[in-house]
Amino acid sequence: MKKTLIYGYGNPGRQDDGLGARFVEMAEKWIAEERISQIFTDCNYQLNIEDSAVIAEYDTVIFVDASVADVNKFKLEKVDPDNASIEFTMHAVSVSFVLDLCQKVYHKSPETYVLHIKACEFDFIEALTPQAEENLLAAFEFLKRFIQQI
Amino acid sequence: MKKVTIEPVTRVEGHGKVTIHLDDNMNVAQTRLHIVEFRGFERFVQGRPYWEAPVLVQRLCGICPVSHHLAAAKALDVIVGAGTGHGLTPTGEKMRRLMHYGQMFQSHALHFFHLASPDFLLGYDADPAIRNVIGVAINFPELATQGVLMRKFGQEIIAVTAGKKIHGTGAIPGGINKNLSIEERDALLKGADPLNIDKMIEWAYSAVQFFKDYYMKNRDFVDNFAYFPSNHLSLVRKDGALDLYHGVIRAVDAEGNKILNDVDYQEYYKYIEEEVRSWSYMKFPYMKHLGKEKGWYRVGPLARLNTCDFIPSPLAQKEFEIYKAHTQGKPNNYCLHTHWARLIELLHSAEVIKDLLNDPDLQKNDLVTKGTKQKEGVGLIEAPRGTLFHHYRINDDDQIVMANLIVSTTNNNEPMNQSVNFVAKKMMNGQKEITEPMKNAVEIAIRAYDPCLSCATHALGKMPLDIKLFDSKGEELDHYRS
Repeated sequence: MKKTLIYGYGNPGRQDDGLGARFVEMAEKWIAEERISQIFTDCNYQLNIEDSAVIAEYDTVIFVDASVADVNKFKLEKVDPDNASIEFTMHAVSVSFVLDLCQKVYHKSPETYVLHIKACEFDFIEALTPQAEENLLAAFEFLKRFIQQI
Repeated sequence: MKKVTIEPVTRVEGHGKVTIHLDDNMNVAQTRLHIVEFRGFERFVQGRPYWEAPVLVQRLCGICPVSHHLAAAKALDVIVGAGTGHGLTPTGEKMRRLMHYGQMFQSHALHFFHLASPDFLLGYDADPAIRNVIGVAINFPELATQGVLMRKFGQEIIAVTAGKKIHGTGAIPGGINKNLSIEERDALLKGADPLNIDKMIEWAYSAVQFFKDYYMKNRDFVDNFAYFPSNHLSLVRKDGALDLYHGVIRAVDAEGNKILNDVDYQEYYKYIEEEVRSWSYMKFPYMKHLGKEKGWYRVGPLARLNTCDFIPSPLAQKEFEIYKAHTQGKPNNYCLHTHWARLIELLHSAEVIKDLLNDPDLQKNDLVTKGTKQKEGVGLIEAPRGTLFHHYRINDDDQIVMANLIVSTTNNNEPMNQSVNFVAKKMMNGQKEITEPMKNAVEIAIRAYDPCLSCATHALGKMPLDIKLFDSKGEELDHYRS
């Protein structure tokens, strides 16, 4: 199996924005129970430039994020490096930006995906909505199957 | 009157827009930075047990959760009777300082390499598609690597002091919940090159030299961009030293006269008032005794180096002396010198981190101070962007019944408006269309303050650039969107 990183991001204090963090908790439990050696996890509020150094260490990276896009439960998307898709927010960058920076600085190109999980609410609550919980479980079952193929 | 609207502002977190009002002669009559502020958080924490606050406040913003975590913990130190500053055990205070200076280091490094250096290295007028850290990585790969790793180093300090990256629990009322292990210390102190503190100091020093070199070559531009006199406010240590974690409130006017003379921040409400203006959701703080018109002030790196008397670390002090000599010891009111001040603070933070890592108090186990419970507490801290106020009151059931937060970006609300107004008048008078240089200038003016509108507004979202131009009747003349 390729050396793989599952990287969840979002703020768990903002209800369904915590989908990425919750996904990583589930992944850590699964990795420990199944004693999987080549899959690792990381988690943060949002992505930033130092993540280019993090992903340079892996063959495959799967980012997990809450999504407000029109997706049915979840969607896996392959990501290519793209310096044009910069989110000009002050302290956050996109997955494609991180990958592009990784290429430019470290000359590495891990195979990169984003697992978008459909989110519903973003209130000041540290719990997922029931619908997001359902989407999370479906996405996780999918990932366990997908990861066997890479 | 004609109106130019820029919304939202790029490379600034949260939501905001700029409107520039033109008169019938097409000259700028008035400029406003509008922030859609959501104040629901203060109400949200009401009813929650006070000890939850340091973790709860991290829900505010994913950008500076450490600053909110520590400001809340400092307020609750007072409530649990531990007092302020040196009221904590040496291990408690120094672990928090390490966390805070780690946050400062990574935030200032990010601002310089991700936001400021692209403008300096590639030119303010360069294509925005390349005027970013990717452009820096292509053209100046060594600098880009430094930026990435300095940020990573700071994040690792936060992880070992706060306990984890998300919703850290390191600071608790009255102290901390962990010390620094020998292994954690050595990883930061003696980590494999380049991830060790000596290399970070070297790189931070180089960043200061880089700015000075840029400044010498571009002095006219830097000095003449959004210069305006103002008051400046920050915490300083009781002896006047720069202290980013704890101190008393000092404010000076544009000439350096003390207008708040080292007052206890537990009584900040006696000195600071917040004004509401009809056109903005974000409040406008000011010093009460000077009134709304004259009492507004700047916070952040520029303000801090104007209020303090010296910097208590050797390399940063030497740079401070060079910096101060430029204004003959008087307060520095040059907007773009904020970058210079920020880099001196970056160097100072690295020096403080090294001193703390070498301090054996960090391996001790006396972590928490207890005392007689109080009903009210205020915590102030110098966050990367400026002074951050947290104020809580509790009831007999230990529930929070009142919370008031004044975030750094709110403190800088009026100065940001002043800066935008300055550049708009300089560049938009007589203009019928929104030009790229004009758009860049407005952004540069706001970006110098490193505002965190997410903090100020508690919003989630992306920040494309949107500019609208209106004539005197409110008709849209031009519209730019990135």
